[in-house]
Amino acid sequence: MTATADFDQKYEDGRRVLRFSGNLTLLRVRKLNEQLEAIEGDKLVVDLSQVDRMDTVGAWLMHKLQRDRGAEIVGANEDHQTLIDHVARADQPMKVRREAEPRLRQLAGEVGLATQTALHTMVGLLGFFGALLISIGNIIRHPRRFRFNAVVTRFDVVGVRALGIIGLMSFLVGIVIAQQGAVQLRQFGAEVFTVNLIARSAMKELGVLMTAIMVAGRSGSAFAAQLGSMKLNEEVDAMRTIGVSPMEALVFPRVLATVLMMPLLGFYSAMIAIVGGGLFSWVALDMPPITFVQRVREIIPMTDIYQTLIKAPVFGLIIAMAGCYQGLQVEGNAEEVGLRTTTAVVQGIFLVIVLDAIFAVFFTEIGWP
Amino acid sequence: MIQPNVSVIEVTGLENRFGEQVVHDGLDLSVRKGEILGVVGGSGTGKSVLMRSIIGLKTPDAGEVTVFGESMVGRDEEEAKHVRRRWGVLFQGGALFSTLTVAENIQVPIREFYPGISQDLLDEIAAYKTAMSGLAQDAGAKFPAELSGGMRKRAGIARALALDPELLFLDEPTAGLDPIGAAAFDELICELREALGLTVFLITHDLDTLYAICDRVAVLADRKVVAIGTIPELLALDHQWIQEYFRGPRGRAASKIDAAEKAEA
Repeated sequence: MTATADFDQKYEDGRRVLRFSGNLTLLRVRKLNEQLEAIEGDKLVVDLSQVDRMDTVGAWLMHKLQRDRGAEIVGANEDHQTLIDHVARADQPMKVRREAEPRLRQLAGEVGLATQTALHTMVGLLGFFGALLISIGNIIRHPRRFRFNAVVTRFDVVGVRALGIIGLMSFLVGIVIAQQGAVQLRQFGAEVFTVNLIARSAMKELGVLMTAIMVAGRSGSAFAAQLGSMKLNEEVDAMRTIGVSPMEALVFPRVLATVLMMPLLGFYSAMIAIVGGGLFSWVALDMPPITFVQRVREIIPMTDIYQTLIKAPVFGLIIAMAGCYQGLQVEGNAEEVGLRTTTAVVQGIFLVIVLDAIFAVFFTEIGWP
Repeated sequence: MIQPNVSVIEVTGLENRFGEQVVHDGLDLSVRKGEILGVVGGSGTGKSVLMRSIIGLKTPDAGEVTVFGESMVGRDEEEAKHVRRRWGVLFQGGALFSTLTVAENIQVPIREFYPGISQDLLDEIAAYKTAMSGLAQDAGAKFPAELSGGMRKRAGIARALALDPELLFLDEPTAGLDPIGAAAFDELICELREALGLTVFLITHDLDTLYAICDRVAVLADRKVVAIGTIPELLALDHQWIQEYFRGPRGRAASKIDAAEKAEA
């Protein structure tokens, strides 16, 4: 009798007797299940007197023989019988899979759901903006509720700590624009206008846009993840029951910090990009820095700087709001935190670019060059 | 049923520390085959850390841990695999895989260790396991996030039992269950122990569970196991924490109910 022995079949008194031996456990179940299904005929007798060890899966197979094939079980010792009874009691109609819907309906359902989610988010964000305004109103009426330390902490996290990465990114982008621009403009012998390209694109568009993308990736995602895990942990509910408004304590400092930091970071990014471009012009185009700076001062109109300084806080508001809104929407499980964080970043960047396009048209219409 | 001479888990001289904080210092523990060992101790006495050290999730700073006669300290994942398939673990929060349905959660260990079992049979196994752990009929098709805390715990138990383990680790299994569910759970463990010869390592604060199913109770205090034995044996000891634990108002209530039940039977 080995541990892997199977069963043998015998005919006794015209009935088929299956005599199992060895271990009737999960290890053997795959083969056994197939073999048992291959056996035909009813009125089986199952002899378990030679079985050493049985687990619930083995007991389940025996129970199935009993249930489906009318098998009679003999020779089971007390333990085996307990186990079979136990499994038999657990044999209830259980649902283990979800019902699959027809393909077309599934597709329609998904489209509908996506539309609904998009509309919901739009309305939700609008409502969130309203709630934010109300809490700002409350803070103005009760200035003691303004959380100075929280705001300063966010200044540090959103602004100061982003200086390194935004500087590096802007510097490199400045070099790339100068280099690519020079290659194209050389064809017309207009290499000297590389400065115009660098200075105006950096100051008007690229600085603030790249900063917005970086802040969305760094801070928007962090807001969503932070608030999301606080929500999961029921911290937000705890706050509410204590009487602290999450809008005032969590959302407002983050939004304020981002709104105030964005113009500074955007301007800084533009300046560094111009420095990068200038360095490239000096090294590759033999333009001395003094000339470069002079040209830059002639080229950039004041309105470009106004544009950056107007756009930046709006972008900051959108990024921070998308992050906080998505974070507070987290419900259920940890997976949702990840999903919401992704959504916050995607939504933030998407809205920033849409708004940037609207701003571009608007500023051109009002006659800013 | 209990074999006092065969120990399934053997811990000697266990030492665990987190930075300055010493959690265990020279902890010894031996779990006999076939017994249900309750582990109790105040908050922060390292009950869960002890469990994690035994199952190899935390490498202890010193000491030896053997399970089924094999050392668990410093073993890599692959080597310890054949030991792992002989135990089931229920974590405090259930620790179900959130992207899988309950039925799929139960099937994960079976698929991992015994590949090639047909999907129909896997579904049948998942069905009776969910029924056995007292879940509702449609629970198998649900995702963990759609279940209540108590239900999630049951699903965790169903997964821990998936491989019909010889050794079961339970970290506060009845916390968060209603008294009826907790009693049903106690009964389930008892039945399975009898049918499968289970050894159970049970961390609990539930005095009813301690009285109802534990053969022995190990008390963790002062960074080691200060006492181990049946509840009457522990009660005879002159240790302040043990006396407060079992003779406090909750302990007395649980023991009264237990005694009344025994008198009826």
